[in-house]
Amino acid sequence: MSSLSLAVRDSNTMLRRNLLHAWRYPSGTLNLLLTPIMMLLLFVYIFGDVMSAGIGGGGADRSDYIAYIVPGLLLMTVGSTVIGAAVSVCVDMTQGLTARFRTMASHRGSLLVGHVVGGVLQCVMSVVLVGAVGVAMGFRSTDATALEWITAFGLITLFALALTWIAVGMGAASPNPEAAGNMAMPLILLPLISSAFIPADTMPAWFQPIAEYQPFTPAIETLRGLLLGTEIGNNGWIAIAWCVGLIALGYRWSTAQFNRDPK
Amino acid sequence: MPSFVMPTSNQGDGHPSPTAVSAVGLRKSYGDKTVLDGIDLHIPAGSVFALLGPNGAGKTTAVKILSTLITADAGDLHVGGHDLAADPQAARAAIGVTGQFSAVDGLITGEENMLLMADLHHLSKSEGRRVGVELLERFDLVEAAKKPASTYSGGMKRRLDIAMTLVGSPRIIFLDEPTTGLDPRSRHTMWGIIRGLVSDGVTVFLTTQYLEEADELADRIAVLNDGKIAAEGTAEELKRLVPGGHIRLRFTDPVAYQSAADALREVTRDDEALSLSIPSDGSQRELRSILDWLDSAGIEADELTVHTPDLDDVFFALTGPANVPNQPKESLR
Repeated sequence: MSSLSLAVRDSNTMLRRNLLHAWRYPSGTLNLLLTPIMMLLLFVYIFGDVMSAGIGGGGADRSDYIAYIVPGLLLMTVGSTVIGAAVSVCVDMTQGLTARFRTMASHRGSLLVGHVVGGVLQCVMSVVLVGAVGVAMGFRSTDATALEWITAFGLITLFALALTWIAVGMGAASPNPEAAGNMAMPLILLPLISSAFIPADTMPAWFQPIAEYQPFTPAIETLRGLLLGTEIGNNGWIAIAWCVGLIALGYRWSTAQFNRDPK
Repeated sequence: MPSFVMPTSNQGDGHPSPTAVSAVGLRKSYGDKTVLDGIDLHIPAGSVFALLGPNGAGKTTAVKILSTLITADAGDLHVGGHDLAADPQAARAAIGVTGQFSAVDGLITGEENMLLMADLHHLSKSEGRRVGVELLERFDLVEAAKKPASTYSGGMKRRLDIAMTLVGSPRIIFLDEPTTGLDPRSRHTMWGIIRGLVSDGVTVFLTTQYLEEADELADRIAVLNDGKIAAEGTAEELKRLVPGGHIRLRFTDPVAYQSAADALREVTRDDEALSLSIPSDGSQRELRSILDWLDSAGIEADELTVHTPDLDDVFFALTGPANVPNQPKESLR
């Protein structure tokens, strides 16, 4: 067998294992979805009247706020779902399975590929679920063309790939699954200091640069622009740069951890 | 500490068997802590080799290196005829490894674990299923096959682990402390499994801290202590390294002890424990003559035990610090 077909076959095996885990234990993934869904319900139905007053220069109502908040929560869902990837990578690393695979003649990178591809697929599934909740609550894309829908989907996938690689690195670097979960926590907290819930320009001036240039805000603004027709500006490029950077960083970090001699 | 190395025994017809695992000058250190300090091993194909040693002796490190999990600092290492430095992937295709902690996927069932291994060994679907069913039967896991592996008992996890190791029909199997933490029944089951592997012509490299286990299973035993091979040979050869058996007389009355010690010359005294050791091979005839002699000398001990040399003696003599309690001083003669 050529090394490429070996790599594809073994990666496929590892991916199926990863998806089997998700299929067997949907509660794990659903738990991670709880945070974004709770946020959605909380901010729309409980804080909605006040929050909507703060966007669009006032005069916005609750349905406008739903439109504002859903793109941010879709990306928050990605940040939340990848925590699962960090934990499952760590379980593999610490419970001997990685060692087992490493003493086999199968393709070395396949375990990582399985985790990453499986992680991205779970993110996409989760985003679809949270998106459905958003639609049920009244979210409508006002003027997205087919091309914009496809681009939005591509952006979410790229963003999911970036955060999954980072999460895999976190999982591989953690001494135990609990630590992996804690280390990945910022991925679900970062959206709180982005433009997901309120526009960045309503934040204190000293904080605005942090909110504007952290990875979530450009991606959220781009997604908002694609789905709702708001101004994207240079956010699209910044979002792509962030994703590519995070992918490169996560890839280097994860592979270094995997290739390191286990003690 | 002296090192005893027995000449390599030839198998059967006088021709040496092909070597399954060989190591020359294997070294490994972590920082300034030397774990393996120049180890030589030659394991003939089709034999069972036990690496015996106390905790922290470097057994697991040796297995990890020889099973390609980690790299050595130095040493000429061959497994299944493949140079580990040049072509670890070829060596991996020849080996199966069961580590110290059960490396099973707890979230999926025993059956799915087997199919996962079959897929990673690139068996066809039907072949994978056949091998999986066969091994689950052999290891008495059919009933549990559809349950998640996380629900298995310790013994079941070990059996599943070994079953998974066997999926690719490896010719060389590394077992790192295969019975540690198992109850006596599971341990005996595991011994049966290991004997079964050998009858299939597989080479088994196992580590253990149980002398009884090495004695039961291994053709050859190496005692690893402090990163060095302290002795190597068959169980019988190793037992010959320490003084033979003895009969131990224990007294509770110091006066009786003293008079017995004065009457008997050829004995090793232990004044603190009030006990005397008389060299003996433990045979019935010799035992009778010693008893007759004790009677005629009017010596009545409170307790008499016959002590035949076992690997424990070897182990303590070779691995302990120099002043292990209750060890006869002449054991390193």
